[in-house]
Amino acid sequence: MPASSRHLLKIEGLTPPEIGQYLDLAESYVLLNRSGKTQRDLLRGRTLINLFFEDSTRTRTSFELAGKRLGADVINMSVSNSSVNKGETLLDTAATLNAMHCDLLVVRHAQSGAPNLLAQKVDAAVINAGDGTHEHPTQALLDALTIRRRKGRLAGLVVAICGDILHSRVARSNIHLLTTLGSEVRLVGPPTLIPAEAASLGVSVHHSMEQGLAGADIVMMLRLQRERMASGPVPSAREYFRFYGLDRGKLAYARPDALVMHPGPMNRGVEIDSDIADDPERSVIREQVEMGVAVRMAVLDLLSRRGPRNAR
Amino acid sequence: MRADLRDTLIRGARVIDPASGFDQVADLLIRDGRIADFGASLGKPDDALVIDAADAVLCPGLVDMRAALGEPGYEYRETIASAAEAAAFGGITTLAALPDSAPAIDDPALARLLRARGEETASLTILPYGAVTRGCAGQELAELGLLREAGAVAFTDGTHAVGSARMMRLALSYARGFGARIVQHPEDPELAQGGAATEGELATRLGLPGIPAAAEAMLIARDIRLAALTGGAVHFAHVSTAEAVALIRRAKEDGLAVTCDTAPPYFDLNETAIGEYRTYAKLSPPLRAEADRLAIAAALADGTIDAVASDHQPRDADDKRLPFAQATPGGAGLATLLAVSLVQVHNGALPMIRALELLTAAPAALLGVEAGRIARGAPADLCLFAPERAWKVAAGTLPGKAQNTPFDGRALEGVVLGTWKAGRRVHASATP
Repeated sequence: MPASSRHLLKIEGLTPPEIGQYLDLAESYVLLNRSGKTQRDLLRGRTLINLFFEDSTRTRTSFELAGKRLGADVINMSVSNSSVNKGETLLDTAATLNAMHCDLLVVRHAQSGAPNLLAQKVDAAVINAGDGTHEHPTQALLDALTIRRRKGRLAGLVVAICGDILHSRVARSNIHLLTTLGSEVRLVGPPTLIPAEAASLGVSVHHSMEQGLAGADIVMMLRLQRERMASGPVPSAREYFRFYGLDRGKLAYARPDALVMHPGPMNRGVEIDSDIADDPERSVIREQVEMGVAVRMAVLDLLSRRGPRNAR
Repeated sequence: MRADLRDTLIRGARVIDPASGFDQVADLLIRDGRIADFGASLGKPDDALVIDAADAVLCPGLVDMRAALGEPGYEYRETIASAAEAAAFGGITTLAALPDSAPAIDDPALARLLRARGEETASLTILPYGAVTRGCAGQELAELGLLREAGAVAFTDGTHAVGSARMMRLALSYARGFGARIVQHPEDPELAQGGAATEGELATRLGLPGIPAAAEAMLIARDIRLAALTGGAVHFAHVSTAEAVALIRRAKEDGLAVTCDTAPPYFDLNETAIGEYRTYAKLSPPLRAEADRLAIAAALADGTIDAVASDHQPRDADDKRLPFAQATPGGAGLATLLAVSLVQVHNGALPMIRALELLTAAPAALLGVEAGRIARGAPADLCLFAPERAWKVAAGTLPGKAQNTPFDGRALEGVVLGTWKAGRRVHASATP
């Protein structure tokens, strides 16, 4: 097993059985959550710290709920009220967390690789909750679980990931996970939002929605940050929506039973039409949120069984 | 104890002087700080200290044409004293210091100060570069003439590219009047802005903002045209891409005053040294793809590259223990300059004498200084090394303050046994 297996820092490098283990356990947590029962003894006495250097209500809440449902003591630390703003370095923070005897550390950071840096210095198991433009592993796991539950499989499905791939950690984690499990992944977006050498990741690259969505089973939309418009790779929101926003017309290129996904939060009218986002026949966006809690419970459960601290 | 002033006889070393082409097993006598004589079987003066140097190579003290010192302004990273210690360990006796310190070396008094600070070490000659622009800020031309008079060997804005074509034209044209080179950090600043690694598959996987490799060739292409336009001399520092050396090769064929150097990371490492965000491997320019590394090694062998410099950039832990994109670029390079260059000798790509020329006579000629040669009457600046003795680079155990080596963990062959500055031994390894 790689040295990082005590942590969940990225999807890249995970094997199909490793991914399957997360998904299978998450599946059982979906059923548990729906039954209204909890399992509050599993992580009793364990401390989970949500360390968020970037704002994120939904991911933080999802981890918080997952931890609480398993009985962990959950503490939220966010950058706005932490000492990081006072010049404390990431590694000072790590020392502080060690002194607090944190067992599970969930990290969100604007810099790629920040969770790796923390993982070298903290005793806790580190879970990457999104780092810069690198990875967001639990998002990819919850997306995969959502697809697997709806379609019964991942292998052989055509998944179109659309929009700002360049700046998307969600896209990178999904590319690694889906290609590992045998899906055909297409990236669709303007050339200015596709990363260099993207094809080397085992995907095909398309610049027209018509071409990229043709015959797709899954249409995964990505958020376009407002600051990327006008001053950057896209001249305006209206132009972006015209060519890359998902509306009924463009969705018609995909298979009739194609599902629409979005990691949230959505820019309605920029990358996705409200009409589609709210269509229960096509959109599984709300289901993704439900799967998120189950996946995070599975991740916390599995990681808490590994690593040196488990021995105590 | 006046051991310094005793004659020293170094016996039986392979003496190599790239400037004259001398390469023979010989003895060398140091007297009064100078090379008194060298040749086969010299007699031993009565009171001379004898060093048996069989199997070792004796060459001129290395001339490092590009290194940043922590002083003035960044003493927490490195002091001149600690840099001198690292230089002596690496066999370097002459070093050209980059001017983008704080304050920048844009005033004649500062250039003179830096020279004097080198003399104080008694182990290292420091040759100041003068700033091209005031404060190395790229806006107004610095006083190149006065700086030249104060001993600036050439002009550069250090790690900052002269980005404006207008400013570069002005600098090349004006410096020509004083017979001075402009040394460029060849990277288009606009394209490189915010980048942390070479654009490509690795940067995409790691989610790091990329700098296209073409940013180097673009500025080089522009500056070659400006050299042709002005008749000025341009030198490109630490070239790192195949495209760059191809452009320089052609400019040389065209007879333009274009020269370049590279630094050991660019012929010994490729971008995969970054691994999982290893900030010690974050350099400027960033490490490149393997094809570029091979092209740089080939350009050393075919003579397109004129010199090898350490591009030493001292950094402290707080500069480097950061997420990759936020970490300060730069690697320590004084202690490893010789041994990493010798890799190209051991693998058969470069003859020993050529490798040493790139580290001694060639940079000395580019800087226009009398250094880097073994000649009767010349100052006894010497480096004695065991070419095949193995060692392993370990950050934390290197001489001097700066430990940020991109070669951490690298096994190398070539240990400096002794370094002499003006006849005084300033470094001695355990043996001999």
